[in-house]
Amino acid sequence: MRIYSLAVYLFLYIPIGIIALFSFSAGRNASEFTGFSVKWYGAALSNPFVIDALKTSFSVALSSAILAAVFGTMAALALQGMSGRIKVAFDALIYIAVMIPGIVIGISTLIAIVTVFGWLNPVLTAIWPGGGPAPQLSMGLGTLIAAHSLFNMALVIIIVRARISGMDRSFTEASADLYATPFGTFRQITLPLILPGILAGFLLSFTFSFDDFIIAFFVAGSNTTLPIYVFSSIRRGVTPEINAIGTMVLALSLILLVTAQAFLQRGRKT
Amino acid sequence: MTPKLINRLLLAPAGVWFTTMLVLPLIVVLVFSFGERGQSGGYVPAFTFDHYLNLPARWKAFQNTLTLAPIGTVIVLLIAYPLAYYLALIVSPKWRTLLLILVIVPFWTSILIRSYAWIFILGGRGIPAVLDMLGLEGIRLINTPFAVLVGIVYGYLPLMVFPIFVSLERLDKRLLEASADLGSPPWRSFLQITLPMSLPGVATGCMLVFILLMGEFLIPAMLGGGKVFFVGNALVDLFLQSRNWPFGAAVAVALVVVMLITVTIYMRVIKHWGNGRDDVSLM
Repeated sequence: MRIYSLAVYLFLYIPIGIIALFSFSAGRNASEFTGFSVKWYGAALSNPFVIDALKTSFSVALSSAILAAVFGTMAALALQGMSGRIKVAFDALIYIAVMIPGIVIGISTLIAIVTVFGWLNPVLTAIWPGGGPAPQLSMGLGTLIAAHSLFNMALVIIIVRARISGMDRSFTEASADLYATPFGTFRQITLPLILPGILAGFLLSFTFSFDDFIIAFFVAGSNTTLPIYVFSSIRRGVTPEINAIGTMVLALSLILLVTAQAFLQRGRKT
Repeated sequence: MTPKLINRLLLAPAGVWFTTMLVLPLIVVLVFSFGERGQSGGYVPAFTFDHYLNLPARWKAFQNTLTLAPIGTVIVLLIAYPLAYYLALIVSPKWRTLLLILVIVPFWTSILIRSYAWIFILGGRGIPAVLDMLGLEGIRLINTPFAVLVGIVYGYLPLMVFPIFVSLERLDKRLLEASADLGSPPWRSFLQITLPMSLPGVATGCMLVFILLMGEFLIPAMLGGGKVFFVGNALVDLFLQSRNWPFGAAVAVALVVVMLITVTIYMRVIKHWGNGRDDVSLM
């Protein structure tokens, strides 16, 4: 049993380890280890395409994680005290958002946005006052952030709701008995108690958005995120530079995950 | 402001988001799937079932998905169960959390990079090169169904381990002690107590893995090299290469419908089993 489990862990971690190992190889050839070097990290970080993709991925992940954390928490708080048709509809939507394959979300968002922008752009041109061409809506960072925020919002709602339902009601009741205003109770009791959940949701959202390939592939317009860059480079062949980028991405995800896990654990203890 | 009004205001942004970014796109896809293709791609309003009747043209993709997704799910289950059992019932609690985190971590790291690792290992200079040295020449691993299955197991193992672990951990260990005290050999205790009690976890894990596999694109794209393709790969091709949006929309709708049907049947079967086993779960 023990040996079996060890074998499974090796299976899970050896491929990651190989990528990390070969990212430090000095040779040009990606699959032969010839001397230790960090030069491919240097090469990756001085490649303007990589830096550009990294910036895009980072700003999209940050924006969509913030939007999801704020609006998702608001929705989770509202849903807690609700019943009836709106709640049922919302539960169904959250379920659908999580369950529908990313690829279907990607293409349906693409054609919906293209269609809606196709209607709106002539309207914009018609009502645009004064000289100069009217601004036109197009696919880009905005649409990508909006699309990622959808999944992330569902994620935050699920996590925060789990925290709220695990919360001891007597705190908020005591606070109300002691004449705290509803907002005061929220700020001093509810918020501190659900904060670990919100932060964990934020970090998982960031990780999802940062690693997502398939939705971005359809919705990012002419922008290149890091996964899109990596995917198209792999199509052109395996290079040591990809190993270095991959190792950095894995390291970043690892740090975010351990932090999210720490928040969830600490939240459980208090 | 009444509490009801506050609740509505709190819910409003998420409501707008779900409506514009989820409900609207899904409706648009449905509408497009009945439309006609424009001269240079795109969409012309119409009402036709042509695209649905034309679905057999992509039969191979559906066939691959509907064979490799169940096979993959079963292999993942067979590998994950012993690990979940070990984590829930054997390992000392001191190590349990750490080992559990080590299983979950890969799931949240980039599947793109993780599949890429297998291109590396299964590609010409990886395992085949080693086999070459051992005298087994000319074995191809990459771009085969085997490679795709390896990628699937690698990608989805964590998702299966977790629900099984949770259901095994909840198991009342006194049941196993009682069973042993009454002279039951370990394999019998396992078959009559542990396995039935863990079935809800198995069912959840299988469903999660199966649903995600149905919509998979990256693993076949990276490890199947265009030879082993899923519905997801056919969709990308239809939307970005041949720009046949209405047909692509019909394929997407068909995929979701097939998913819903399989999940519904699966839930029925599980429920049926569950009812038959009431005596066991009440023990």
